[in-house]
Amino acid sequence: MIDALKRLLDDKNVLTAAEDIIPYGFDGTATLKQRPLAVVFPANTAEVAAVIKLTREHKTPVVTRGNGTGLSGGSVPVAGGIVLCLTRLDRVLELDQANLTLTAEAGVVTQRIYEAADAVGLFYPPDPGSMKISTIGGNVAENSGGLRGLKYGVTRDYVMGIEVVLADGSICWLGSKCVKDVAGYNLRDLFIGSEGTLGIITKVLLKLLPKPAARQTLLATFAAMDTAAETVSAIIAAKIIPCTLEFLDRRTLQCVEDFAKVGLPRDAEAVLLIETDGHPAPVAEEASKIEEIARAQGATTIVRAANAEEATRLATARRSAFSALARLRPTTILEDITVPRSKLGDMIRFVNEVATKHNLQIATFGHFGDGNLHPTILTNERDEAEMHRVEHALKEIFDHALSLGGTITGEHGVGLAKKAFLKQQLGDSSYLLLQQIKRTLDPENLLNPGKVF
Amino acid sequence: MHCGMCLPTCPTFTETGRERNSPRGRIALMRAVADGELPFSRDFAEEMSYCLGCLACTTACPAGVDYAHLLEIARSEAEQRGLLKTPARSFVRWLTLRFMFVHPRVMRAVGCLLWLYQVVGLQSLVRRLKLTAVLPRRIRELEPATPQIHPPFSDTLVAKNEPARCAKSYRVALLTGCVADLILAGVNRATADVLEENGCEVFTPRNQHCCGSIHEHNGDLDTARRMARLQIDMIDPFSVDAIISNAGGCGSHLKHYDRLLADDPTYAERATEWTRKTRDISEWLVEIGFRAPKPNLPLASTRTIVTYHESCHLAHGQKISAAPRAILRSLPGYELLECAEATWCCGSAGIYNITQPTTAAWLQQRKVGHLLATRAEVVATANPGCHLQILNGLRSADAPRIRVVHPIVLLAEAYQREGKR
Repeated sequence: MIDALKRLLDDKNVLTAAEDIIPYGFDGTATLKQRPLAVVFPANTAEVAAVIKLTREHKTPVVTRGNGTGLSGGSVPVAGGIVLCLTRLDRVLELDQANLTLTAEAGVVTQRIYEAADAVGLFYPPDPGSMKISTIGGNVAENSGGLRGLKYGVTRDYVMGIEVVLADGSICWLGSKCVKDVAGYNLRDLFIGSEGTLGIITKVLLKLLPKPAARQTLLATFAAMDTAAETVSAIIAAKIIPCTLEFLDRRTLQCVEDFAKVGLPRDAEAVLLIETDGHPAPVAEEASKIEEIARAQGATTIVRAANAEEATRLATARRSAFSALARLRPTTILEDITVPRSKLGDMIRFVNEVATKHNLQIATFGHFGDGNLHPTILTNERDEAEMHRVEHALKEIFDHALSLGGTITGEHGVGLAKKAFLKQQLGDSSYLLLQQIKRTLDPENLLNPGKVF
Repeated sequence: MHCGMCLPTCPTFTETGRERNSPRGRIALMRAVADGELPFSRDFAEEMSYCLGCLACTTACPAGVDYAHLLEIARSEAEQRGLLKTPARSFVRWLTLRFMFVHPRVMRAVGCLLWLYQVVGLQSLVRRLKLTAVLPRRIRELEPATPQIHPPFSDTLVAKNEPARCAKSYRVALLTGCVADLILAGVNRATADVLEENGCEVFTPRNQHCCGSIHEHNGDLDTARRMARLQIDMIDPFSVDAIISNAGGCGSHLKHYDRLLADDPTYAERATEWTRKTRDISEWLVEIGFRAPKPNLPLASTRTIVTYHESCHLAHGQKISAAPRAILRSLPGYELLECAEATWCCGSAGIYNITQPTTAAWLQQRKVGHLLATRAEVVATANPGCHLQILNGLRSADAPRIRVVHPIVLLAEAYQREGKR
């Protein structure tokens, strides 16, 4: 099969040497790795389809990958399988200013999409933490979120169409440039967030928005986490939907400041990073109202970013939170539970109790505005006893999130990391329905097998 | 941590799009070797030497992974195992690392010979007659990059002890470098001038050695330690307020003497003090609050556009980006215009342009393209390797009139022009 792949894609696009493939044995998720049989780099959809037909003949599993920044192990290779790396599909194909859409191949880096839109006064809102290097195909396959989820939603809300290669190698186009389109089942949405288990997304048609004319970024510090949580509830209750409402606890704050040196206060218990955007007048009004509410709730300090550069520096610093936490311990296990916003205070208190109970270091940051939390366990994968305690802690955190009507993953996907808890969340019949869909679309279980289920 | 935040900043990953050519990939390989999952292979050793060592990844890394140290260990191990050994490579390494760069007099003698070869017209004759055709291909391709030698060298230009020109506040030692001394000794004169203008008494030891940076980057840690001891013998760090370097690559290494000599009981204490006192010239000037030069021209007159190329080991190795710009912005008659990818490696990277000419040339062209796009008349950069690489790049791009210069030289010139209307 390897020879056939080499004939198909050329020698240099099929990697099999240990030194070449070991670096493809993992993604951004801690502790998970597996050496693949080979890593292949097709150049276009036709080559992807040809690879799929070939691997199907040989009953070889295929794991699709972009730049390997996933956080649930979704693109970690499968033993005996190949890695299908789509980074050569890297063309922005069309920017349609009349219809406010952008068409790109799956391997285009998210940041490039943002910049291409920005250059013509348009806006692609989804901004996952890894957007500087993550690929759009991966974003769609994982239905990635980001800092702007509260007001603008997630990747799914911007996908109007996808081209997908099915398990049998056939190529389908799902969707259109029409704002309204109800012809047939909405299968496009089935593939969004399917984590490479149903088909291979090779091309995407994205919806763009006009670029907001103004932005205002505020940074509020608090002496207690509860006060920060209450401030968030109060802002939402005042019928204000900021574009970003991010939260960092003390430990995260210190690590982020050690890296980014943007002047975050090291002594605060909690920080809220709030951004409002839109037309200048409402933005100014909202910013003042937010400031008022935060002050009334007992914020220690509130500062406004002086200009766009400072605002970008703050947002960039926030995006580094997960990686910056690795300054403290060798292994950082990042979770992604999400609860209804009214339950945020409860969830955060519970995470802290779990940390004390199991004698673990847990830092928490996340998207307060949309209830999406990232409790991050700082540990050492080489310490077996501690890893055992980590497992217990995770189970308790998941149980509690579900009991509050939450979800085990808000934006990272199930992958390998959370598949043990999926059934508990979905319930028997929904779980079975998912399995039936998987069997229908991938009867031989060759597309990213072992993930999600 | 393997989040991949380093990938977009890595030039070799950008060139090939392959994980093994990225910092994350290389660390995965190092870990595989450490865990016994991969033999210490020739392919592994080659990958380690394919890395530019530009350290852009360390600036991008939120987790603070010390890639520089990991790479240094991997390269040193590769050298000890002799995995990349060929007779020619061994000879070149001996000649440069163990002979030329160890004996400052040899280095200067080579410089003098090269200078003679250039001034008596032999070089142009050889080039005109295409005599270089008889050279081996590798050397033939490098010949046009031979730097122009500019005697007199620093020991002639800068006296051993020079007083401050205003009220003395500090006593500093000035490191003149080795290669820099042959081609850019004027930078050392300018550095001394600027220091003296700002209240520093300057001590410049004679016949200075290489700091050992080139040895460390090429996996020869023993010689690197020897060179470090020689430096410390030459300048007692307890006797000065600061030790000043004006070359990004050297400075980055000089600041690690504490780690390099940590296990040496005789030198460890002085090495720690050395690290504490070492400063890049721009860093030191900003720290002591340097005096902005007074304009001597009417403000409305036209301004010369200057752009700044960051030396990797200044920007990423030492995290100094703002200080050189503060100097450039203080210059009357100049306007600083940023170029794209200012923090990207120019391909010089120590002796990378000799060991990996293809990637080095690709980076050189990319860099020159960005520099030309600014339409700047002056390119400022603070490292001799970058200086030469950009100079050669501009020459190949038919833009030899653009001036390449160390920011400190521009500052020294501005001080000189004060009051001369």
